Amino acid sequence: MRVALFLTCVNDTLCPDTGRAVVKLLTRLGVDVDFPMDQTCCGQAHYNTGYRHEAEPLAEHFAKVFGEYEAIVTPSGSCGAMVRELYPRMGERARAEGRGDSLAVTLAPVVPRTYELTEFLVDVLGVTDVGAYYPHKVTYHPTCHGLRSLGLGDRPRRLLQAVAGLELVELPGAEECCGFGGTFAVKNSDVSAAMGADKVRSAESTGAQVLCAADNSCLMHIGGTMSRVGTGMRAVHLAEILASTREEPAA
Amino acid sequence: MSGTFIGMPAFPQAARASVHDATLRGNLRHATHTIRGKREQAVAEVADWAELREAGKRIKDHVLRHLDRYLVQLEESVTAAGGVVHWAADAEEANRIVARLVKETGEREVVKVKSMATQEIGLNEALQAEGIRAYETDLAELIVQLGRDRPSHILVPAIHRNRGEIRDIFTREMGEWGRPAPEGLTDSPAELAEAARLHLREKFLRAKVGISGANFMVAETGTLVVVESEGNGRMCLTLPETLISVVGIEKTVPSWRDLEVFLQTLPRSSTAERMNPYTSMWTGTRDEDGPRAFHLVLLDNGRTDTLADEVGRQALRCIRCSACLNVCPVYERAGGHAYGSVYPGPIGAILSPQLRGTRSEIDASLPYASSLCGACYEVCPVAIDIPEVLVHLRERVVEGGPVIREGNKVVLRPAKGHAAERAAMRAARWALTRPGALRTAQRLASRTRRLRPRTLPGPGRAWSGTRDLPPVPPEPFRDWWQRTRGGKDEAK
Amino acid sequence: MSSRERILGRVRRALADVPGDDTPYEQAVPRGYLREHGERSTEETVELLAENLADYRALVHRTDAGGLAGTVAALLHRRGATSVVVPPGLDESWLAETDVRRVVDRAEQTPGELDRVDSVVTACAVAVAETGTIVLDGSPDQGRRRITLIPDHHICVVRVPGQVVSSVPQALERLDPVRPLTWISGPSATSDIELDRVEGVHGPRTLEVVLVTGLPSGTDGS
Repeated sequence: MRVALFLTCVNDTLCPDTGRAVVKLLTRLGVDVDFPMDQTCCGQAHYNTGYRHEAEPLAEHFAKVFGEYEAIVTPSGSCGAMVRELYPRMGERARAEGRGDSLAVTLAPVVPRTYELTEFLVDVLGVTDVGAYYPHKVTYHPTCHGLRSLGLGDRPRRLLQAVAGLELVELPGAEECCGFGGTFAVKNSDVSAAMGADKVRSAESTGAQVLCAADNSCLMHIGGTMSRVGTGMRAVHLAEILASTREEPAA
Repeated sequence: MSGTFIGMPAFPQAARASVHDATLRGNLRHATHTIRGKREQAVAEVADWAELREAGKRIKDHVLRHLDRYLVQLEESVTAAGGVVHWAADAEEANRIVARLVKETGEREVVKVKSMATQEIGLNEALQAEGIRAYETDLAELIVQLGRDRPSHILVPAIHRNRGEIRDIFTREMGEWGRPAPEGLTDSPAELAEAARLHLREKFLRAKVGISGANFMVAETGTLVVVESEGNGRMCLTLPETLISVVGIEKTVPSWRDLEVFLQTLPRSSTAERMNPYTSMWTGTRDEDGPRAFHLVLLDNGRTDTLADEVGRQALRCIRCSACLNVCPVYERAGGHAYGSVYPGPIGAILSPQLRGTRSEIDASLPYASSLCGACYEVCPVAIDIPEVLVHLRERVVEGGPVIREGNKVVLRPAKGHAAERAAMRAARWALTRPGALRTAQRLASRTRRLRPRTLPGPGRAWSGTRDLPPVPPEPFRDWWQRTRGGKDEAK
Repeated sequence: MSSRERILGRVRRALADVPGDDTPYEQAVPRGYLREHGERSTEETVELLAENLADYRALVHRTDAGGLAGTVAALLHRRGATSVVVPPGLDESWLAETDVRRVVDRAEQTPGELDRVDSVVTACAVAVAETGTIVLDGSPDQGRRRITLIPDHHICVVRVPGQVVSSVPQALERLDPVRPLTWISGPSATSDIELDRVEGVHGPRTLEVVLVTGLPSGTDGS
């Protein structure tokens, strides 16, 4: 199976560790993963801020770069949801605007082949125990697009529960948004910050050392809040936990 | 009289004050979290919730698709049952009709059932200008009216007030409006409810004109339905001699049978009850039982403009349950007043800019008053995809384009405040369709990473005021991939 | 142009872009939801009604045809009622054992007069087990809507099992939309203070429901 890593522009630029962790994890599980060098951005920020027409060329670029692969794996719930939920909608809107089927036809092939990382592990590879070792107390925050748009359900929790040494503790109010929301974080920064502060307080109340999630955008917001208020906690991407082993433990 | 929403600042400015108001935050957190858990339980009790939700959505879509036909049928049914139907294209016309009808009775005061439509059109203020006093009789509306306040929630307009504040308002204001609050009133909810009962009873018993909205209007039979809890609705609907109901045209349902869906989904979604204490259904007038005259004012006021938008029209499915407010993390922190409308919360953020247009600062900012977390869509009993409509309205704000206003096609210009953002989005799109450009930018960021400040200047402060910036890594992933051939040559 | 024509014209123009849809109403709405929730025997349905009524703070009493007059008398006595409003078509035998002053529901009564009456006794049209609801339809044994609204104490007699249905859909099937209908689920209540439910605002603050067996369940009240 030809598997492509769609890392996302944010991870590529700011969180290369997450990318390395995904590669390490998938390689360990016997997947030959490729990173198409022409990949850039799915267009989510454009689309969600109201610039759908600016997002269209990015979506077309995505379809061109990833069109040949049988599976496209991304460690981002929101970018995964962009492709799976919103690319079809972009096609429909273009059609409704009298621009024909071409956008819908271009985007259609990549939609069903795009998987968020935990979906790929659990549904495609059929594994929940990925042989990881992570001796820390961890709480899990389900990010909104993973939770509600993709319906990741208990996949991330099942993967975490199988990690040796890991103690998983429930996050109170887990399903409440952390307040990132893309451009919302700056356009409505007061509300966003208040939501982030509440999320961090909930996380602290668990006594966990690590808050983990499957989307680095939300983790930057939560982690940035954590370091600003000076908690001892860290925000870590799920992939980095799953990639960690006894031989090569994550920091 | 209650305050108005005219001249509201944009949402972020209005929300800033609420976020830092500890009492308000506490009141809202307590109330919304109380109802959230209860709603979940009430919904979990019915195994066919998904089917009820789908049926509710399809009934509303069907009505909207054939709204002209159903409105005509409704008019015929109501008229045949002894009612009089009036049509109001906008708020001003509706207010004029109601004021005239009240004057024709010779009365100078009216009792009111809580009604979103009459709040939307500012009926109380319009009646006051005509020398008619309108008494709000719903407990929360009474609190708002006595406190010269504005509503901040669809179901519980005084949700921003805690019991202590309510006690103070009652003690201070009730005497001005009628029977004063009992001596030594405490803040126990039961005592507060009792004080409202005593204060309003004299008004109910002498009222000659009642004004209401309606939750549903059945086209087939001409039946109107009001769903309530306190009994103030029953008082206003049955004791006066004249009843005037002002109802948005989208409240129509085709048949009697359709009520079986909404009478199951509405109470569980709004007050988290299997059934609300009182539901009144009436069809025209009835000899010797209830009002002798019944007037129905069918209100457009932006609804047909909303209907013309193929993405936005789903907002007209709303049954005003307020479940979306109660789960919304933004509403919980910003409070209802920040939305600058009688329709706050997620549904308000898509309704107000459609009913009123996006010209004002507040209306243009409402589509952004959401992190797009989707909790609202999840709980909506008629499956309104609120995030989808929010994004669609953002597009209308930044791109402009043709819309319908008051029945006429107008072409909106892109909103002024977004010029810099638009340029940035275009530049990003240009770079991001060229992998080489992205790579150059990434490398530049990595090379200059030690120069990165802890906080950002200008608009960047919106982030760095409360959150540290992530460190920029020494190399982007793509450079590592290329250097190590995907980790195969990883130098240890 | 009248506003009626203006609004109808706007609706038609607003829908001009929508593809034609001739799906008849009967087929436009999927009715895959349940007619009732769960399977119950007749007795279990009555039991569920009693539970749900009580859950929303109605006081539930059970008796048979022979005990009804005694139960009604006892409830009025316990309440300390000195007057009770009675719908014109109420079976007189229900009040045979009480000497509380009767006030007959009449068109000329003013709300102020009703406000001085302590209690009201009525029958009902139908009761809904799943929601703990009784529905009044203004039949002669239920009277005008206001009589069950102004007095502070309402005694409602439900003939079981005949008047009990499981669900809201079943209740609507039995009701006539032309009649003025009042659905009652517990005493009046409010959630307006901190979204917490408090019983007792404008409607009767005490609702007593008497579930009586052995009476014919004709809903026309005649």
